[in-house]
Formats: sequence, C-alpha cells, structure tokens
Amino acid sequence: MNKFIQQKGKAIIYLLIAAVLVTFLTGTIKAAVGFLLVFGVPLYFMSKMPEYATTGERFTRYMFLVISSSILVFLITPVIIIIPLSFNAEPYFTFTDGMLNLDPDAFSMRWYMDILHNGMAAPQAVEGWWKDMWENAQWIRAARNSFFIATISTVIATSVGTLAALGLSRPEMPYRALITSLLISPMIVPLVITATGMFFFYSDIGLAKTYWGVILAHVTLGVPFVIITVTATLSGFDMSLVRAAQNMGANGWTTFRRIIMPLILPGMISGALFAFITSLDEVVAVLFIADVDQRTIPRQMFSGIREQISPTILSVASILVLISIILLTVLELLRRRSERLRGMSPG
Amino acid sequence: MSTADLTLTQDGIPLKEKLAKTTALQRRRAFLLTLPLVLFLIISFVIPIGQMLFSSVHNDKVSAVVPNFADAILQWDGQGLPSEETFEIFVKDLAAAKKVREVGRTVGNMATRINYEKPGSRSLFTSTARKAGKIKEGPYKEALIKINKKWADPSIWLTLQRAAHDITPAFYIAALDLKYADDGSVIKADELYQIYLDNLMKTLGVSALITFICVLLAYPVAYLLSVLPLRQSNLLMIMVLLPFWTSLLVRTTAWIAILQTEGVINDMLVFLGFISDDGRIQMIYNQTGTIIAMVHILLPFMILPLYSVMKTIPPSYMRAALSMGAKPLYAYRKVYLPQTLPGLAAGTLLVFILAIGYYITPALVGGEDGLLISNLIAYHIQKSLNWSLGAALGTLLLAVVLILYWLYNKLIGIDKLRFG
Repeated sequence: MNKFIQQKGKAIIYLLIAAVLVTFLTGTIKAAVGFLLVFGVPLYFMSKMPEYATTGERFTRYMFLVISSSILVFLITPVIIIIPLSFNAEPYFTFTDGMLNLDPDAFSMRWYMDILHNGMAAPQAVEGWWKDMWENAQWIRAARNSFFIATISTVIATSVGTLAALGLSRPEMPYRALITSLLISPMIVPLVITATGMFFFYSDIGLAKTYWGVILAHVTLGVPFVIITVTATLSGFDMSLVRAAQNMGANGWTTFRRIIMPLILPGMISGALFAFITSLDEVVAVLFIADVDQRTIPRQMFSGIREQISPTILSVASILVLISIILLTVLELLRRRSERLRGMSPG
Repeated sequence: MSTADLTLTQDGIPLKEKLAKTTALQRRRAFLLTLPLVLFLIISFVIPIGQMLFSSVHNDKVSAVVPNFADAILQWDGQGLPSEETFEIFVKDLAAAKKVREVGRTVGNMATRINYEKPGSRSLFTSTARKAGKIKEGPYKEALIKINKKWADPSIWLTLQRAAHDITPAFYIAALDLKYADDGSVIKADELYQIYLDNLMKTLGVSALITFICVLLAYPVAYLLSVLPLRQSNLLMIMVLLPFWTSLLVRTTAWIAILQTEGVINDMLVFLGFISDDGRIQMIYNQTGTIIAMVHILLPFMILPLYSVMKTIPPSYMRAALSMGAKPLYAYRKVYLPQTLPGLAAGTLLVFILAIGYYITPALVGGEDGLLISNLIAYHIQKSLNWSLGAALGTLLLAVVLILYWLYNKLIGIDKLRFG
C-alpha cells in the first residue's frame, strides 16, 4: 500500500505541474480548475490497483477512467447546467460575466416569476392575484392539465398493466411471446406513427381534442413500462406462496390482496412512476390529438422552443429536473425495498 | 390400454382427462387476465394504426366527388379520348360537385388528389368546375376542350382513370420517389422531387451513426459501472439514470442552451481563445446538433442493457486468461467481448429502433438538414395534408421498425428488457 501512496503522490505532483502549465498557456486559472477536475477525479478511483501493476497498466487504467468519467460528465452536465442558467438576470442562455464572478445582482428569480405571470390578466394586482394566477397563467394551466392527464392515465395503465403482467407471468399463459410483443409494441412503434393513427381514428369517433383522447393515448404509451417492471418483479416471485394461501382456503382475490400484492407492490409503484413520467413527458401524441384546452407542460415547452425561446423555459426545465430527482429517489428506495423483500422469500 | 388411461382420480374421471381440463382452465384464466389490456390496446392502438395503413392505399377523393363519372371512366379502354357519354357524365358530375361544400367532397379535394400525380393540373379542375354548369347541351367533348385545351390531352384522362380506383398504389409510388409517366408506366421521379428515399436513407444512416457513437461511449461506462464496488457504482449510476428520467424536452432545451452560437460552449471557446468572437461555430439547428442531442438522449438505452450483462460476467474469467499468458487485448477479444455480445445486441437494436422513429429532437434542433423521416411524415399529416402520402411513408417506416423488433425478439426476447 505504501508504494501505491507514493505512486499517487507522484501522480498528484505531475497533475499540479500540468495544471500550472495549463494556467500559463490559457492565461486563466479557471481552465486549470477544469483541467484538475477532469484529470484529478479519476485518481480517486485508482486506489484499487494492485501493487504489482506496471506503469503501462496504470496508465491504461488511468486513461480508461479519464475517458469514462468524461462520458459520465457528458451525460449529466446538460441536465445540471440549466439549473444555474435559469437564475440568470439577463434574457440570455449563457453565463454572464456577473454570474461567473458570483455577483448576486447577476442572479434573479425573474424567470420563475414569469412562469406564474405569463398569461395573467393583472400580474401586479393584489386583489384576486391567486385566482387570476390559478386560472389564467399559461404555465399553471399547462401544469394542471399535465398532472390531471398523467394521474388518470397512470391509474388506468397501472391497473390493467398489472393484471396483464400477472397473466403473462403464469406458466400456463398461451401465446405468451405474441401477446407480450403486442403489449410492449407501443414503446417500439415510432411515436409519429402511433400519433397519426390515433389522430385519424380518434377524430372519427369524436375523441380528438378531448381530455379522454389524450388520456387514452397516454395509457397506451405508459402500459409497456408497467408490464416490463411488474413482470420483472414477478420473475422472482415464489409461486408456492400462492399455493400455500390457496391450500389454506383463500380465494383468488384474497390471495392477490394479502399475498401477491404486498410482494409486487414495489414493482407496481415503479411501473406507475414510469407511466407517470411517460405521460408527463409525452409531447408527440399531444401535438397531434390535443387542442389548446388540453395543452400540457411539454406541449407548452415545445411551442416555447419553436416560437420565442426565453429563459422561462429553462426555469420550467429546472423544476422538471427537480421532479425527476424526486421520482428517481423514490424509485431507488423502492428497488432496495424490493430486493429486501425478495431476499426474505425462500427459493 | 396404457397405464395412463387406467389411472383414475377420486371422482372416477381418468387422470389424463382431468389434468387436461384443469390446464385448459388455467390457460383460460391466465389469458383472461391479459384480456382487458389486449382489448384496450386493440381499440386505442391497433385499430388506429391499421386504419392509417389502410389510408395509405385507400383514397376515394375522385369517386366521392364525381361518383357517376368514376364508374364510367373505369369502363374506358384507355385509347384516344373517352367517349362523348363519359364527357357528358363528367360535365354533369362536375357541375353538381361544384355545389357541394362538405369537407372532403369538394372539387378542390379531387383537384388536389389529381394534382399529386399530375402537378399543375389543380387549376384546370377548379376553373372548369366553375364553367361546367353553363354547358347545357352537347357536344360536351368540344365544349370542355373549348374551356381548356388540356382536356384534349389523353394523359389527364388516364390519370383520372387511375385515381378513380379507391384502392391505389399511387402513394407508395410517390413515397418511393417514382411517378407515373404520361402513358401510365411507372418511372423515376424528377431529380428535384426525389426526397423521400433520400430521407429514408439519411434517417437510417444518421441512426446507424448515432448507434455507433452510443456503443463507443456506452461500453467503457458500462464496464466501469460493472467493476466498481456497489456503493461507488450506485453513485455513478445516478449520472446515467438522472438524464434517463429527465424530460426529453428538458434535455433538448439544455442542448440548445449549450450549443447555440451565443451558448455556453461557444462562449467558453471564445473565452479560452480557441475561436474569435466572429468565428463562433454553428453547432445547433443542423444535423450535428441533432446527432449530439440524440446520442445524449439515447445513451442510457445502450448503457443499461450492457451494464446488466457485464455485471454477470465473473472477473475470474479474465484473470484466468491473463494468468495463462494471454495478452490483455487478446484475452479481452477472446474472453470478455463475446460474453458482452447479448447486451451489445440488445442496446444496439433498441437505440437504432428508437433513433429511426425520432421526431421531437430533430424537429426542434434539426434546422433544415437534420430532419428525419418522422418529420416528413408529420409534415404531410399536419401541414401539406397529403394524408395518404404521410401514411405511405409511415408504413414504410413501420415496416423497417417491425422487422427490427422481430429481430430483437428473436435474438434477445422483449421480456428480457429491464430499466435500471
């Protein structure tokens, strides 16, 4: 281990020298900080190298870590970078000099206020401000639509999806492969094709430009995720528990409620979360089927990006990122719980 | 008699029969559980798409607007000009159709339909329809030709005869960059109008490129995640899952903010002195921007299946190969790579399937040259309103996707798909 610490110490010294060189070459200390972040962080993960590793192996390993951490940075940066950008005091999509110098005046909440004000009859009024905001602000209306549609489609998708997943994971299921491919296909068929077909058919039966039309579309698109997550949970399910319950005289419904459901609940909830986020994020079907009355947040963002792009969109996006972080956390907790539960069941 | 037939259950029924009955019941029960969803999807998904597929070969704009004439022209042998009676029926139908205001049944609708196959003939129909009511008596043929000399051209009647069929391959012919020649044979469309096959090829090419970049980027990351201790890999997994869970529009917006000429990257490059303030690079609203944003959006779909396969590969295999004297690269090629192939195939097919149907990102950041086949379909459905052509293009795209989906099922099995 001593040797490794020496190696690490050497590497740090080399890095610092390189950073000084970068500062010298670019004439700014910020570039050196970036350089240190990119090349220094992988060093942290180097601690697992065995002592007998040769310099060549160390170098390969180090380059591998640099490359893969840059790819991870590529993945996460766009999602994170919009959060500070959304506090910009100026109507720009970039960091102003003031922001880089951490000048408090360069930051503001104006784009978050704009989410509320946009579309309001009298944003400065004191009397009836809340009512005005709730009813007239464009983004608030879009948010209300989004959550309404997403909630109802999630409930429907989760219930019919779970039912179907229960059937699909029974060993006796006939035509399993065929039916599974049919039920997953809404995820695979290009959205434009699905949306076009729905637009024509729903127009014929009077569902286009209604909430139910959009909900129907979102249930269809959310169902594959429910099927996938619930069948995944059921794949580790011990069927002898069901037989034991039936042996002791429980009927089908009781068996489901007392035995199956508590065990697959984590899978059901993650399926529901997937269906919820799918509906919350879906825009193509909304573009084709919905009318102005059914505008959702993504639809509003879509026209915002197309027509007059303003940092308001960045602040909406930041709020959505926050929602994703919350959902992801819930999902991770569920996954752990599910693993614990499964560890408990025999076999 | 075999022994199986002799075995009876308690109530005296042969075991074989009883067992068959019970299995049949269980099969029915399992199927009944899936039935609500199957029915739901048939109504909300299968029928709509089926109807769209049908509309790619079905267009009744001629027979709906001039029904009697449509019957008459189908009897014509295609030689010279149609008979005087056919002309008479045409003039009368046209005069009657002029009064119709119902959407989908106006002379304008028919004219548009004919115009797809014979560009520039739209005004011929609309202007003739205005005067058709004034022709009270024959000879109708001369009267019509007096209104417009183009009626003496047999090719317009051949086009009408083709379009009088409700079921037509015309829109597939258009979607494949072909057209009808004046004599009714199918030839290549003019250079200027050859856009659809080119676009389909471009879509496939761009998707292949995106898939390839995704493989290159996903492989090291998935490997890193699979070899790190669980605590660290779970931490890094967040960096993959958070983008995966973040709205598509949020990520597209983020790339606009980062890549635009006044955006973060250009500012940084100017700041660092790599480019001058006037020499800012156009990275968005073109094909480059589409590819960057789509790689970012689809990368998790490659990382996750690769990771789940790599996690199951015991590290002892590589150690064994190395200890027996294999060079690292050779051991990797012979031992590690073959074991990751299932994950690689799953990720590649999934990313490719999702990429060829992509609509939102190209529509927002694609500019002119970044548009893919989905955008053309949407254009025909929403803007140009040539629904049949849009449906024909959609059917072609769907065919490609379904073949790949079938392949996916064959190679990997869709029930193996997992998220996180």
